[in-house]
Amino acid sequence: MKHRTFFWFILPTFLAMFFFITLPIISVVIQSLHTPHENILVTVENCDPFGCKKVTSIDHDATKNLKSENPLGKFVGLDIYFDRGHLALKQVREHWNNSEDISKFLSLITDLPLYKAIFFTLTFTFTVTPIMLILGLLIALGVNSINKKLKGLIIFFSLLPMIVTPLIGSIILFWMIDSRGIVGNLLQILFEDPNLSLKASTSLTWITLIIYGVWHAIPFSFIVFYAGLQTLPKDQIESAQIDGANTFQQTIHIIIPHIMPLITFVTLMQLMDNFRVFEPIIGFNAEAHATSLSWIIFNDLGGETRQLSAAATSSILTIFGIVILLLPVLIKTWKEFDFKK
Amino acid sequence: MKLLIKFFSILIFLASSSAFACSISARVSIVGNEFPAIQTVGSGAKECKGAKVTANLTADHQKINVAGMSSQPAEYTSAIVANTSIVALLNNDLIRPLDDLVKKHGKGLKKNQLITIDGKIMAVAFMANAQHLVYRKDILKKLNIDVPKTYEEMLAAAKKIRASGLVKNPVGGAYKAGWNLAQEFNNMFIGYGGSHFKGNSAEPNVNSSAGEKALEMMKSLSEYMNPDFLTHDSNATNAEFRAGNVAIMNMWGSRAATLVDADGVSDEVKNGMDIAGPMTVGGGKTPASTLFWDGWTVAKKISDAEAEATFVAMTNAIKPSILDNEDIRKQAVWLIEGYKPTDAARGVFAAAKMNTTPYPMLPYAGLMHSAIGKEIADFMQGKESAKKTLSDIEDAYRASAKEKGFL
Amino acid sequence: MIFNSKINNKHNNNLSKIIIYFLIFLWVFLAAFPFIWTFWGSFKVELDFFSIANWTNAITGKNTEQTYGSPFTFVGYHGAWVQEDFWKAFINTSLVCFFVVMTSLTIGTLGAYALSRSNYKYTFWLLIIALIFRAMPPITLVAGYLPPFFEWNLWGILPTTIIVLVSINQPFTLWMLHSFFQNIPKELDESAKVDGCSQYQAFGHVIVPVMWPGIITTGLFSFLLAYNDFAVTSMLLSDENRTMIPKIAAFLGTTYTEGNVMFAVAAVVSATVPLFILIMFFQTKIVSGLTQGAVKG
Repeated sequence: MKHRTFFWFILPTFLAMFFFITLPIISVVIQSLHTPHENILVTVENCDPFGCKKVTSIDHDATKNLKSENPLGKFVGLDIYFDRGHLALKQVREHWNNSEDISKFLSLITDLPLYKAIFFTLTFTFTVTPIMLILGLLIALGVNSINKKLKGLIIFFSLLPMIVTPLIGSIILFWMIDSRGIVGNLLQILFEDPNLSLKASTSLTWITLIIYGVWHAIPFSFIVFYAGLQTLPKDQIESAQIDGANTFQQTIHIIIPHIMPLITFVTLMQLMDNFRVFEPIIGFNAEAHATSLSWIIFNDLGGETRQLSAAATSSILTIFGIVILLLPVLIKTWKEFDFKK
Repeated sequence: MKLLIKFFSILIFLASSSAFACSISARVSIVGNEFPAIQTVGSGAKECKGAKVTANLTADHQKINVAGMSSQPAEYTSAIVANTSIVALLNNDLIRPLDDLVKKHGKGLKKNQLITIDGKIMAVAFMANAQHLVYRKDILKKLNIDVPKTYEEMLAAAKKIRASGLVKNPVGGAYKAGWNLAQEFNNMFIGYGGSHFKGNSAEPNVNSSAGEKALEMMKSLSEYMNPDFLTHDSNATNAEFRAGNVAIMNMWGSRAATLVDADGVSDEVKNGMDIAGPMTVGGGKTPASTLFWDGWTVAKKISDAEAEATFVAMTNAIKPSILDNEDIRKQAVWLIEGYKPTDAARGVFAAAKMNTTPYPMLPYAGLMHSAIGKEIADFMQGKESAKKTLSDIEDAYRASAKEKGFL
Repeated sequence: MIFNSKINNKHNNNLSKIIIYFLIFLWVFLAAFPFIWTFWGSFKVELDFFSIANWTNAITGKNTEQTYGSPFTFVGYHGAWVQEDFWKAFINTSLVCFFVVMTSLTIGTLGAYALSRSNYKYTFWLLIIALIFRAMPPITLVAGYLPPFFEWNLWGILPTTIIVLVSINQPFTLWMLHSFFQNIPKELDESAKVDGCSQYQAFGHVIVPVMWPGIITTGLFSFLLAYNDFAVTSMLLSDENRTMIPKIAAFLGTTYTEGNVMFAVAAVVSATVPLFILIMFFQTKIVSGLTQGAVKG
């Protein structure tokens, strides 16, 4: 395609992404290198319905001068990246020196907020993504091979877990798995343990979140793969059948290579989405047992504190994490990309 | 002739009463939380005629009020806040002193409604809130237990109730990891005489014997709670109470009036529910609870005409006559002139009378709160010692306070 | 010998068919059960739906019967639609979804087509950058939008939200359409060009008709994104412009206040109905479109 034609085709989407993604990302990077100015504190008397009290407050007139000189805040370089709330270099070094073996070291650093979140995020990503890919493909193959009349109905039901809002879907499931809900009760009967509660233990909470993640994501891989299966070259399949290849061999040698671009696509999207896992943690009230990178950002931004720099830093770290995670796929795309010589 | 006089006097009365009705000449735009008492205030402000009044009442108000009041001119002319959330507006210098406006238009306001900071009126409070005891009097009576006045008595009562087999997990509490759990720690810590910061500085001070005792007490209580307690916020705790699974709990006063109003609550729970003041702990005199107020502010970055209109409309919204409505009276513990506490307000009133500590309006209180909320869940699950948790809290707080420019 | 193996094969086929049907029905059950459960529960009172006392109450509606004399009640629906004006949120969501899908697909199809038919280095990097953009957690982006939107008086209105949703979703749309376009042989454009079409005409007359299945599938995802979005809509829309999901979240209540959970449940069921209808309608389109596309391709 000519450069000129390319330019006009890509322009609208480029503009949208430039203004609403690129510019905000640049401002986030700048934000993560700055902190608010040091506040000049004064002691004042405050009165409320319950009485008066001497307390500390910010001296705005004094702080204002600092702010007007440098509205971005104080430049701190990578300080925030290395503080305890993020990479915690100092603590990690101490823990490394104080622990005899790796498992002790791991248990020590997972007590630090960022590493704790990374630990869960990675576990979630690397369990949910492969499971949903395999199950999605199996369901797509299964649905593709069944009776035409049933197909419509089954596709319809298969899409349901995806269409429900994650926030609300997880709240509903949260009640079903309560130790007194229908699923919780069923599990108590199955495992013959009347005190079993999915919400009270860390490992069970993780398993619950992972199962929810798979349940929610299967329809996505299913429908994409199913759409891909519709474009299968029929002649190839037929000739393979004549050659005596069984279903398994056909799947491995013809179907999977054919839908490989779709598999790459689903893997990319899912690695990313799972790395940003957030809503289920809120919906399942799982903060005590599992936190993720997105959750840390949400927590820093919310409430009374508004730690913008901390949230910006966590966001940049998240992007870095995703880039590292996607590197193998990116390299593969690079190799397969048909460059103009 | 007499008739004519009567007619005129009615006319004059009508005219004067319509002059009393609120009229404004510039736009009013409100941002705030969305609970019923604040909805009442929002619709009260909308009664004003003469200019446009809009209200954006949402649970996410804290995420948008700073941005919405920072623009020039501010999108919002008034933010409804609590003593926890006013701090963000103060820290960013977004609200204006109200002394002149109070002199001009604030005749109906009581002195204790005026929130002053450094001698300047910065907000007008209209309701109060605190956590206090809610219990099932039928169960306590059956087992011959006195209404607990201290947390130690609450523990003893919980032991008896569990032993009787009436309720398996008799204690309730909003112990959801995060804000709720941190709030319970704050209560207990203050009850043991702890103070969060060293003197008037921003240096943390929770790693103390009061902190350890507070944690141990919370853990002992949690043994009598539903094992899922770390996922229970106040909504879930109240649901447990309504279902009859909880006999004693520490709960928000604002929830007391409608706690058992929901459909399908059994008569046993409905008639058995009662409330009392907050409890003390460890032989201390200060209750293990904190007082909250909700009030409104006026934005700084707006014209004086808009500020005046906002003040008039907001004052109109909390005029004493709104309390004539029975439903509105029940919505909150109002601080408005002429409010007579309803039965449901006894707990909060007792809290105020017992000199409960108000939640501190410190610029860095929120940072401490969120540091506690992040770190304390590990202790409650038995993953680490109290000492370790407290030092983790201080480390987490130090990191964020440094970043915000307080240390 | 040959005969034998054929029988074996047939036997195997039957067995594997049974397994396939069993697994598929198991999946359908798992996928649908929470919906049936929620639908059934939406006609109950809160104590039954969340059945803390005994889970069978959720099925029998014991407390609902005690309160209303029948195990079914429309109180939740009445509350949400009549008392709380849920219909306004419904209209807002419809507007947002319609414009988001239209805009996303229009600019996304153009962009993805260009990306799939160009193989210069910058094409590759544009795709990669788009991918990395998608990695940005939307919460951070939204927090960054607030100050300028307030400053320029763009906050709170539907058009702003629509543009933001379109932009945030562009990387996904581009990648998805790009992988569909790659499945369409390049010879198709070439032959069109040989017939005397310009690139634009080749795109409009030859490629788009073949691409319908891909466009519809992508459109479905854009629609779901707009329909289900919470992070953007809850932060960027004012009270009167709220869409359904933030409205439902508002029914759930906060720390200091009781929500009305049954309003939320009834609203969730109501919000799912249009999705049901939409998918029922479009799913036949996807299937028939896909087969057509396959035949032509």
